[in-house]
This record gives sequence, structure tokens and C-alpha cells, in this order.
Amino acid sequence: MNGFMTVLKRDLHLAIRQGIDSMTVVMFFVLIVIIFPFGVGPEPNILARVASGVIWVAALLASTLSLERLFQIDYEDGSLELLSLSSVALEVIVLAKVTAHWLTTGLPLIITAPLLAVLLNMNKEGLLVLILALVVGTPSLSLVGAVGAALILGARRGGVLLALIILPLYLPVLIFGVSAVDAIINGFEAKAQLLILGAFFLAALPLCTWAAATSIKQAIE
Amino acid sequence: MNIFSAENLFCVRGGRTVFTGLGFTLKAGEALVLVGPNGSGKSSLLRLMAGLLKPASGILRWGAEEISEDPEGHGGRLHYVGHHDAIKPVLSVSENVSFWASLMNGGSGNGETTLGALNTLGIGHLEKVPGRFLSAGQKRRVNLARILSTPAPLWLLDEPTTALDRESITSLETAIIHHRAGGGMVVISTHSDMQLANHQVIDLAGFAETCPMLEHSL
Repeated sequence: MNGFMTVLKRDLHLAIRQGIDSMTVVMFFVLIVIIFPFGVGPEPNILARVASGVIWVAALLASTLSLERLFQIDYEDGSLELLSLSSVALEVIVLAKVTAHWLTTGLPLIITAPLLAVLLNMNKEGLLVLILALVVGTPSLSLVGAVGAALILGARRGGVLLALIILPLYLPVLIFGVSAVDAIINGFEAKAQLLILGAFFLAALPLCTWAAATSIKQAIE
Repeated sequence: MNIFSAENLFCVRGGRTVFTGLGFTLKAGEALVLVGPNGSGKSSLLRLMAGLLKPASGILRWGAEEISEDPEGHGGRLHYVGHHDAIKPVLSVSENVSFWASLMNGGSGNGETTLGALNTLGIGHLEKVPGRFLSAGQKRRVNLARILSTPAPLWLLDEPTTALDRESITSLETAIIHHRAGGGMVVISTHSDMQLANHQVIDLAGFAETCPMLEHSL
């Protein structure tokens, strides 16, 4: 637990000192969503219809953008080797880094999402469910993304490769995240979709942590 | 008494045999120097010792226990200095060192021991300077301060004198003498001549003979 906190504090510290990264992700997210009405036209009904999908897709892309650096910098400057040599299990370190990643990118996305949802004419019920779905869903994005980030270590042009690896794996989160909002807007319950998102997170938590740690061990050999 | 030993190590990198049939025994307070031409496997051997690499065959032991059985436990008793210095450009020198110290100690980085370690290597005055302003030699000294800031019985140093001036090399030699006097072991690969009292030497050029049968199967 101490090792977890030590690495988490250090990563948050680093993220705050070089605040650009986390800001870029949020700006990217906002920009994608804002560009959309220019493409599909400003008709309020159309916007309300696509709002949840646009916000979710933008969140996926923004999350992909920031993941490339999750392990890459530590890998290049030798820190990852030393982290893996510490008495703290590598899985715990991965989990700490993923948590820091979520706090510095996932959380700001959730905070900005309501604003964008209003901009796209989403109603109040939809907005609440969207936030709930993002809260349950974005940690899974960070976890699944960590596996991709660990797999691309050592590869050149890793960013593009990363997107190719993880975007297909994001599909379940996207499908249930969007359908939760659609359900509530059309007058149905959204509980089932949210529970499935939760289940996806609970399954990703041990599996992705283990997979990312294993592929890091492979990368530093 | 701690004994770090290996027998019959066989190391393959990228399908090529680096060395074969290598063994050593290191007791508390002893030093081992690895020599050999470039590419003869000095770094690979150090990485095997650290557990970063797995040998294709052969066993590394700490006392009676194989290190592959408890990689975290082994990681906790060694300090490894590799080719990279792992200095974060946005963190100050003391933050860099105390992070690793607290990770080793499981939570408590002590400001005094950090400063003590920095002073030993003559960089106490750089305590507050961010990592990005350091020269190559200063970065290496910060990395060495990291291993001085927390005790660990085994030091694995891969070309530790790279970029160091004569004065810092002397401080490192003194630190190694203290470490050995306290029962610590040290393994160093080096091209420059460091002054170490009564040490063992492994010349990796002598273990480079190829093993045709295995090469075929790879």
C-alpha cells in the first residue's frame, strides 16, 4: 500500500509540474465535441440524438492520446527498470500509475463533459446518466489502455500502434456507455447498462493490471 | 552470512550466445569486477544478477534460495545502476533521490539521509536544482546518491564511472569501501581502472565459446 501511494504521489507530482499533458487532453476532447455541430449541422434535435455518442467517442480518442506516455517516459529514462526492481510488486506500481493517469485525464474529462452535453442539447436525465456512465467507464479505459501502453514499449511510432491496439478493445465500454444514455433519454431504465460497465471495470482491474505488468517485464528484458 | 552465487549461467540475447558456463560465488564484503571487450556480456550478466533478465539455463542463488522464486524480495536487497540515470527533469535533485529511497523503505524517505548521500558525492549544493539543469556527470552522481541513501546488501554497478570526474570516482571508491566494510557485496563492470582492494575478476571474453547444439535449436 505504501509503495502504491509513493508511486501515485510521484506521478501526480510529475503531472502537475508538467501540466501541459493533462490540459492538452481536455482541450482535445472539447475541440472534437465542438467541431461536430459544424459537420452535422446545428439542428438541436440531431445534436441531442448524437450527443452521447459524440462525447463518448471524443473521450475514447482523448484517452488514447494521453496513454502513449503512460510508461514510455519511464521506460526511456530507465525509471521503469528501477521500478520493476523495487520490492513493490510491479502490478501494484502499474495500478498506481493507472490511477494517476485516470486522476489527471479521466477525471478532467468527466468534469468537462456536462458542459459539452449541454452544448449538444442533451436533457437533464441524460446528462446525469452520462456522468455516471463516464465515472464507471473511464477507469476501464485507463486500465485497458495501460495494456496497450505497455505493449508498445520500445516500438517506434508507438502512438498510432497504440490506437490500433486499444480502440477495438474500447468498444464494449463505448456501446454500453452510449446505450445507457440513449435508454434514459427514450424513457427506459439505464441500470442494466451501468451495471455492465461496472462489471467490465471489475474484470479489467485485475486482468489489465496483470497483463500490463507482464508485458512491461517482457519489454525491459 | 549472505552468499550470492551462480552456476552454469547461459545467456542468449537475440538468438546469439553471449556467454555460457559462467559461475561465481560472492560472500559478504567481497567485490567482483567484470571485464571484457564491448558486447562480451558484462551488462547482460549484471541484468541477470538483478533479475531483469532470465538466464536461458543456469541458476542464481541468494544463500540457498533461487532468486527467480522471489523476484520482489531479490529486488529489495539490491541496488542497480544501469546505463540510464532515471532522473526526472521536473523534479529537484533531492525529490529524485528521496522518491527512490521511500520506494525502497516502503514509504518513508528521510530528508537527512538524502542530503547526507548527496553530500558524500559532492552535490549537496544542488539539492533544490531541477533534474533538467544537470550535466551528465551530475546526473550520474545523483543516481549514485540514490544507492547511498538506502542500505542494500548487493550493489550491481554497470559502468558507474561513466561521465564522472576523478574526484567523484574517488568518492565512489570510498563509498564502496564503506559498503564492503559493512558486509555489503558489489559487482562492477568497468573499463576505467577503479581502485578496489582484493577483488575477484571475471573476464567475460573467456566464456564466449559457442555451443553448437543449442545454437542450432535457436
